[in-house]
Amino acid sequence: MNFDSFGEFLAMGGHGFYVWWSYLLTAVVVSWILVWPLWRRRRFFEEQRGRLRRADALGQQTEVESNAPET
Amino acid sequence: MTAPLASEPSLWVLFRGQLRRDLKLAFGQPSELANPLAFFVVVITLFPLGVSPEPGVLSGMAPGVLWIAALLATLLGLEALFRRDRDDGTLEQMVLRAQPLYLPVVARMLAHWMVTGLPLTLLAPLLGGMLNLAPEARLPLMLGLALGTPVLVLLGGVGAALTVGLRTGGVLLALLVLPLFVPVLILGVSAAELASSGLDPAGPLLWLAAGASFAITAVPFAIAAALRIGVETG
Amino acid sequence: MKYIFDRLRWPDGLRRLWHRMGSPRWFYETTGPWVPWLAAAAALLIGVGTVWGLAYAPPDYLQGDSFRIIYIHVPAAYLAQAGYILMAICGVVLLVWRMKLADMVMATVAPIGAAFTFLALATGSIWGKPTWGTYWIWDARITSVLILLFLYLGIMGLRRAIERPEAAGRACAILAIVGVINIPIIKYSVDWWMTLHQPATFSVTSAPAMPPIMWLPLLLNVLGFNLLFAVSVIQGTRTEVLLRERRTRWVTDLCRQERA
Repeated sequence: MNFDSFGEFLAMGGHGFYVWWSYLLTAVVVSWILVWPLWRRRRFFEEQRGRLRRADALGQQTEVESNAPET
Repeated sequence: MTAPLASEPSLWVLFRGQLRRDLKLAFGQPSELANPLAFFVVVITLFPLGVSPEPGVLSGMAPGVLWIAALLATLLGLEALFRRDRDDGTLEQMVLRAQPLYLPVVARMLAHWMVTGLPLTLLAPLLGGMLNLAPEARLPLMLGLALGTPVLVLLGGVGAALTVGLRTGGVLLALLVLPLFVPVLILGVSAAELASSGLDPAGPLLWLAAGASFAITAVPFAIAAALRIGVETG
Repeated sequence: MKYIFDRLRWPDGLRRLWHRMGSPRWFYETTGPWVPWLAAAAALLIGVGTVWGLAYAPPDYLQGDSFRIIYIHVPAAYLAQAGYILMAICGVVLLVWRMKLADMVMATVAPIGAAFTFLALATGSIWGKPTWGTYWIWDARITSVLILLFLYLGIMGLRRAIERPEAAGRACAILAIVGVINIPIIKYSVDWWMTLHQPATFSVTSAPAMPPIMWLPLLLNVLGFNLLFAVSVIQGTRTEVLLRERRTRWVTDLCRQERA
């Protein structure tokens, strides 16, 4: 351990403001990067679920492109 | 690619024809020809008014001001580069021809350079004099512009070809091409600055020459590919 | 290029793998189980690297404790460039082989790479305050990273502006390739313009000047951020696959399973 107390650790030898700002910013950006695709994915499933439910209620065949690649 | 039919014109005839047509069209509308030049002069007039009319200050910033004004003037002309050809269907004809797209694109860019980059180059020493540019920097500035503006026009051509079918072209085009202009700006300005402080400007000028030859060889392929996308899908 | 590639004698397995990789469905189904493991490894590496770097590494004799920003600044700056190169590689694959998956990866990498570029700029600027006494200085490296950010924004803007996804993908591919050829030219011209800058910290050719207790956490964080980047690109591409293939039967079936 390089620091004697937790207070010193937070102070970072007087540079605490800069160090913690950088790490906070990184945490925010990184969590945005990770959460955004998951959120998009969940919204997609919700939309599709609604679409399928409506299609099933009408007793219709869900429209699927027959020429779409299957593999 | 099919073999050219006997009735199809040779590449050289095609190149000449394209060049002649583009130049004729450009000179047919003198206002479009004059506007970037007028813009160039007006922007340069703003600097003494906005920064300082002091000869010492002006001579220090002259190379940078001239180059940035040239950059913006080039950018101004780019949006219309392929627009008319696209609207009247000429672009489709160009893309659908059996011959490679490379030569018509080179002709198109050469014609555009002759009506934008070349006049800017010729006008630069005059405006340099108005900005109190050191006399020994005049030639390096002109050489730099002569070598650098073709690169600007070609790189800008890629952006123009990529945005040809878009309604929101203008601002996006600037965002696409201005970062790519940075090396040309740096080299061009340094050549003039080196010369005005009595040093040999050959280094940056040679790099510009290298860049120009590379751009003339390689960039038309990118423009051709971008035009194909625009025509096939737009 | 495709001509040469097709005429080379590739082992059958490799050729099959390459063709299978072109299938978005294959990508979706194969990479699913990887994500938790990659994410766990990334969290472990970044956790150890960051705690070590923040609390246990000794302070720099010149910059004091502010140098600890390096443990996030260097990985971010490195990923900013790697992301652009990855986009250009995907662009080549898309233009030569018309592989749809490459376009999906390219579309995903652009905002992630831009985010890391922004992070590199922001942490560099914050680090600059205690080091140079000002938040912004026209240092060669900062300037090239700023231009890199503009290049990313251009690609994102172009993709947004073109309505048809296939056209957007190919246009972005061309721009990415032109950009990637320009990046070293921009970098060297800016370096040459401004010779006032610190030498690169983490060079492959020479031994790092820092003692191991200082650069080991950096190494851990670089590896960890790499995995983090991989996780976010894989996750993003998986979502992109679903969105673009939403009309195919396998995605519809997947939605039905999700509902059950």
